[in-house]
This record gives sequence, structure tokens and C-alpha cells, in this order.
Amino acid sequence: MNFDFSDEQKLLRQQARRFLTEKCPAAIVRRVIERRASFDETLWWQLAEQGWLGLAIPTEYGGSGLGYLELCVAAEELGRVLAPIPLSSSIYLCAEALLMAGTEAQKSRYLPELAAGSLIGTLAFAEGYGFPAERTVSAEVRGGKIFGIKWPVADGNSAHIAVVLAGTSEGSSGLFLCDLRQATVVREALETVDASRAQARLRFNGAICEPLGMEATWAGFYRLVERGVVLYAFEQIGGADACLSMAVDYARERKAFGRLIGSFQAIKHRLADLYVRNELARANTYYSAWALSVDAPELPLAAAAARVSAIDAFEYAARESLHVHGGMGFTWEMNCHLFYRRSRQLAVNLGSAALWKRRIASLLERQI
Amino acid sequence: MDFRDSVEESIFRSEARAWFERMAARFDLATHPGMTFEEQLRLGREFQAEKAAAGYAKPEWSHAHGGRDASAVESVICAEEERRFTFPNKFFAIGLGMPIPIMRRYASAADRERFLGPALRGEEIWCQLFSEPTAGSDLGAVRLRADRNGDKWILNGQKIWTSWAHVADFGTILARSDPSLPKHAGLTFFYVDMKTPGISVRQINQMSGAREFCEVFFTDVRIPDTNRLGEVNGGWRVTVDTLMEERFTLQDPTYGAPPLTVAMKFLRDNVSSEGATGLDDGALRERFAEWYCIEQGLRNIYARMVTALSRGSVPGPEAALTKLVLASKVQAYSAAMIDANGPAGVITVDKEMPGSAGCFCDVWLQSAGMRIAGGTDEILRNTIAERVLLLPAEIRTDKNVAFSDL
Repeated sequence: MNFDFSDEQKLLRQQARRFLTEKCPAAIVRRVIERRASFDETLWWQLAEQGWLGLAIPTEYGGSGLGYLELCVAAEELGRVLAPIPLSSSIYLCAEALLMAGTEAQKSRYLPELAAGSLIGTLAFAEGYGFPAERTVSAEVRGGKIFGIKWPVADGNSAHIAVVLAGTSEGSSGLFLCDLRQATVVREALETVDASRAQARLRFNGAICEPLGMEATWAGFYRLVERGVVLYAFEQIGGADACLSMAVDYARERKAFGRLIGSFQAIKHRLADLYVRNELARANTYYSAWALSVDAPELPLAAAAARVSAIDAFEYAARESLHVHGGMGFTWEMNCHLFYRRSRQLAVNLGSAALWKRRIASLLERQI
Repeated sequence: MDFRDSVEESIFRSEARAWFERMAARFDLATHPGMTFEEQLRLGREFQAEKAAAGYAKPEWSHAHGGRDASAVESVICAEEERRFTFPNKFFAIGLGMPIPIMRRYASAADRERFLGPALRGEEIWCQLFSEPTAGSDLGAVRLRADRNGDKWILNGQKIWTSWAHVADFGTILARSDPSLPKHAGLTFFYVDMKTPGISVRQINQMSGAREFCEVFFTDVRIPDTNRLGEVNGGWRVTVDTLMEERFTLQDPTYGAPPLTVAMKFLRDNVSSEGATGLDDGALRERFAEWYCIEQGLRNIYARMVTALSRGSVPGPEAALTKLVLASKVQAYSAAMIDANGPAGVITVDKEMPGSAGCFCDVWLQSAGMRIAGGTDEILRNTIAERVLLLPAEIRTDKNVAFSDL
């Protein structure tokens, strides 16, 4: 048994961290927020050039073919700096959908450009408030065309293609591939609490589409989401770790009542609890990475546990780190709120903690 | 990264599994209901002897010393396989966990020869005499005196919370040898024969009904200087080493509480709650999911520690972190299971069915102590904050003052 990344993977992590520390300081994130840009193009092309997008895409489709563990390592570093780019939508979700279920023709057509960064993809599944169920999906495919409204769609404005959850003629629902550059797709930017990750509403007025793979199935959608949450969990633990560092650094500098605030037990114990949650999340997230990399039968439970733990850890870390910073933490200029916002966004993007806890309970119940 | 057993580990595991399964026929307490304490202890000694003969008593030790040369991962595998049954091993766990490794590190060759074998074989039981009425979390403030008298030391004082002292043959003990020095500087570590005149043991009545913790009184107890472990006034160092050993011990990740799926099954099949099954409660299902995430997280943290150990690293704060999380989780979990059973939840006698309220009542009572023993929640948080996060140490007003002036 070996619970750790390999030396090569750790080296990749080191390089990634160094690169992003330099190329993605908070100023980059703020620029996207303040200019209401969709994403930072410079950073996008730098990462594309270095092969980050194709880490888990096989070489025959233009990727570097390293694997999921490498992609997970990259995801954590991207999360640590709140990278304001559509990588997650394009790679964790769109490219992954193709790899998981696409036909050979679909894979050859889209993966190379997704790996190169010249194509941006996303997943469009939500239809307003809540989370879809198999038989409640409103968007539908009739005669090879999608009709309906999807919102919010992460990176919906920048994406060129999307994997869309829509109802099938059989009364079920599944994933369809759609080129968003058709005139029948109308896009509208949506303002959210985390302006560093653009969201949009997409109206499909009879956009031409094809089933992803041989057949669009609900199970296919769920499987994709399960895989996606593992990668997002890495972004979340990266963010949570950054929050812990910030809080510890501040507690070791700031003084009150004649001594460092980090010497007061209220602060110490709070940060110890933060550390503990981070460690639990990291442990569950690593395990889910393994399960993903070997497609283990444990993946559904592992992914769910990773998501719940990572949501919990990042959410707690972001708010308590901000809290430790006192009044300063509440200012626009300090970076605390950037993590606070991102933690909330990642807590909901693929189903809330409550949803995933229900899933865990159901999966456990099947074991009785 | 790989969570499955390697080929070698699989082979090791099947061997261990087969062995423990063979032993279960004779030694599994589940098949011996209603045994008295003495019967359990006798059975325990027999089992320990079997373990020692097969190299499973301390698998990580070399073959020459009674082990199996097991790696860190293999030791974990042994513990996992043993835990599949309810073996009578509780009497030896502490002794083999901390005092014996310390004897192995600090005792003379003659003493190692004399003591290690019998301990491994269950012929002799060891206890650890650390805490005192005024020194629990503040272990460095122990007062039990060790006064030098020629080639002997005379011990006077009291220890408390000593597990199994009433059946122990020997114990390791931390004593104050020089109160004129600051507290950590005037301590000396010894081992003591529990039959030495002047030692008396009294079991403590724990709230759970169990009585394995004891008070131990020392009145002019004379021990030879050859019983000393480490330097005169160097006892704190040995204590720290002992506490480090604790980091290697494998926690039972359930603290004896029934597994989640067992509890869920009981709720579904035996509990009716306002017309629905006990498992239909959304709030309760959510808590099961949360407890699952904790259990998985702790399992994986342990796996990470084992991986680090197998690469020659020293364990970090995993044991402290695990205990901090687990003790509270078990308290919350057992309380919630009692609650889910309605008014009948507090009935203690119904323990036959796995996952029934009676099982949880015991655990719930024990859990209050689990958050205190072996490092209170607050001490563990301090440890994490100071040693891992490197936050400023607690302001200590007693560090450089002579102990006698405190």
C-alpha cells in the first residue's frame, strides 16, 4: 500500500506551485473580477503551452498522457491561487466527458483542441435553483436539436462547445455534445459572488447536437459529475491550505494585549481545528484520486466523501481565516474574501454538501 | 499511489488472516459470553503466548527478538486482521505499547533478557505509572518522590489512572528526584516490581462501571538504582520518548462502537419512528454521511502515516489528530444512536443484537473519558497548534522556577 504521490508527481507539484506563485498572484484574480473579464487569457495560454490542459488526455488525442494523479496535483495548485481560468470546465468536465463516453470520432475531433487550449469546453446541466433529477430535466432534444435554458453554466460565455444535460425522447435524460457557436445559442453573463469564475445563462433555441457517445444516459451524467468532484476537491484543499497559511502567518505577526494573537488559545484552537479539517479533507481527496486513477469500484463513495470533506474544509478555512484577520479580513484589499467567495462557489457548483451526504447515506445503505 | 495491498502484502495478509481465524475458534470472546474477569485474563495470557510464539506479539521486532521483521505496513495488517475478532488482548496492549519499547531502548542487556520475553508471552503484565492527582495534562508536575539512598531509591507518593495496575507485575514510573530544579529538569524514570513492599493498588470506579483504571500508592518503596532507565534527572527525556511511542500505536478506529452500516441496519430493521423506519430520517442520514467522511478520513490519514513510516519518516501528529477527532465523533455518534432508539435508547441490557441501544450505551459512557484520557481535547489542540502550526507556545509561568517554589 502506498498512500502518496510519486516523486515525479511531487516534482510536478513543486514546479506548478512555483509557476503559479509567480504568474498568478492575487492581482491576476482581482483583474478578472474588477474588469469583469471572463478569464485571464495570458495565464490560460501559458498553462496551455506548458501542457497543463492535456495532463490526463492520452497522447493520441494531443495530451501528454500522464494521468489523473498529475491532473489532481495541478488542480490543487490551481485552487491554491484561485486561478481565474476555464480549465476546470474545459478539462475536468468537458474533456473528461469525451474521454469517458465519447465516440472515437468525437474524441479525435475535440480532444486535441481542448488539450491545446484553442477550444474551451464546459458542462451545462443546471436549470436554475436546485439540482436536476433524471426525470425533471426541462431542456430536451427533439430531432437532433436542443431546446431549453441552462443556468448557471460555468464559463458559459467563453466556451466553444458544451456537454449538455437534456431530456431524451425516452423520458430519461443524458449528455449531448453541442457547439455553442451556433446562432441558436444565446448567451447571457450571470453575476455571482465569485466573479473570478464566469457564469452564464445559455438559451438553446434548437441548437444542433449529437448524443455524447453511443447513447445519452443519466448514469453517464452522474458518472461525469462524480469524476469532476474529485478534481474540484483538489482545488478546494489547495484553497483551504492557502487559507490556513494566511491565518497562521497573520496570527504570528499581529499583536493584541501585549502579545501575538496566535498565543491565545481561542485562536490556536481555532486554527488547530482548521488544520484537522484540512487533513481529513486531504486524506479523503487523495484516496478519491487513487480511486479515479484506477477506476476503482470504490469511486462513488470515495468521490462523495472527498466532496463533502473538501467542501467542509474549504468553507471552514475560508471563513475562519478571514475571521482571524479581524477587521482587516473584511476589507476588499485583503485576499481573504477572494477565498471566501471561491469556497462558496465550489461548495455548490456540482451539488451541495447536503446532496452528496444524501448520496453517501444511500451508498452505505446499499451495503447493509 | 495505491491503496490495495501489494503482492507481498496480500501474501502477508492471507497468512495473518488464516492464523487469527484459527485462533478465533478458541479465543474469540464473542463465542465465550459471560466469562468472569479472571477467566478472561487467563484466556488472554494463553492467547498472548500463542501470539508470541507465532511472532505476532510485536511483529515489527526482529525474528531474534520474538517478532516477524514486519514492515510498518505489515504491522498495520496484523493489527487489522487481529481486530476482526474480539480477542482478550486488552490487558497487554498498554504494556507492550509503551513500557516495553522503553525497556527495550533504555534497560540493561540483562534486564532486556529478563523482561521482554515474559511480557511478549503474556506471562507478565506491565503498566505505566505517569499521572497523579495533581499532574494529568501537566505531566511535568508529578510529585511522587524518588530519594536516593546509597544504591537504592525510595519512592513516596501516588499515581492515578494507571490502567491494569491491579493485575500488573511491573510498571514504568516517572518520579521527582530533585525538587530544587525546574519541573522538567528534576525527574527520573524507573521501572518497578509491583510486588515491592509499600505499593498498594486500588481500582477506581469509573462512571461506565468499568474498573481498569487504578490509584497506586507508594509508601517508602525501595528500588535498586539498576531499575533506573536513563540518566538521573533525565526522566523527562525518557517520558517524551514514551509519548513518541504512543504515536505508533494503531487506534481502533471505532473505539468499540458498532460500525455505521451495522447501526444503519438496526435502525432500518428494528426501529420504528413515527411510522417510518429509523433509517428514513433525513437528518440522521446526513449525520451518518458525516461520520463516514470522518472515518474514511482517519483511515486514510493512518494509511498516509504508514506510508511515511515505511519510508523511514518519524510519525507526525496523526495520532493526536486521530484521537481528537475520534473521541468526539464517538460521543456524538453513540448519543445520536441512543436518541434514535427513542425512550428505549437508554436501556443498557439489550446488547445481543449488533447495533442495538445497549451497545451504544456502553460506548457513550466510555466516550466521556476518551476525550480526557491520553491527551485531552484541549491539550491535543495545543499540541497541533504549537508543534505543527508553530504558533507561539502557551505562556508558562512555571518553566524556569524551582519546582519546590511553585
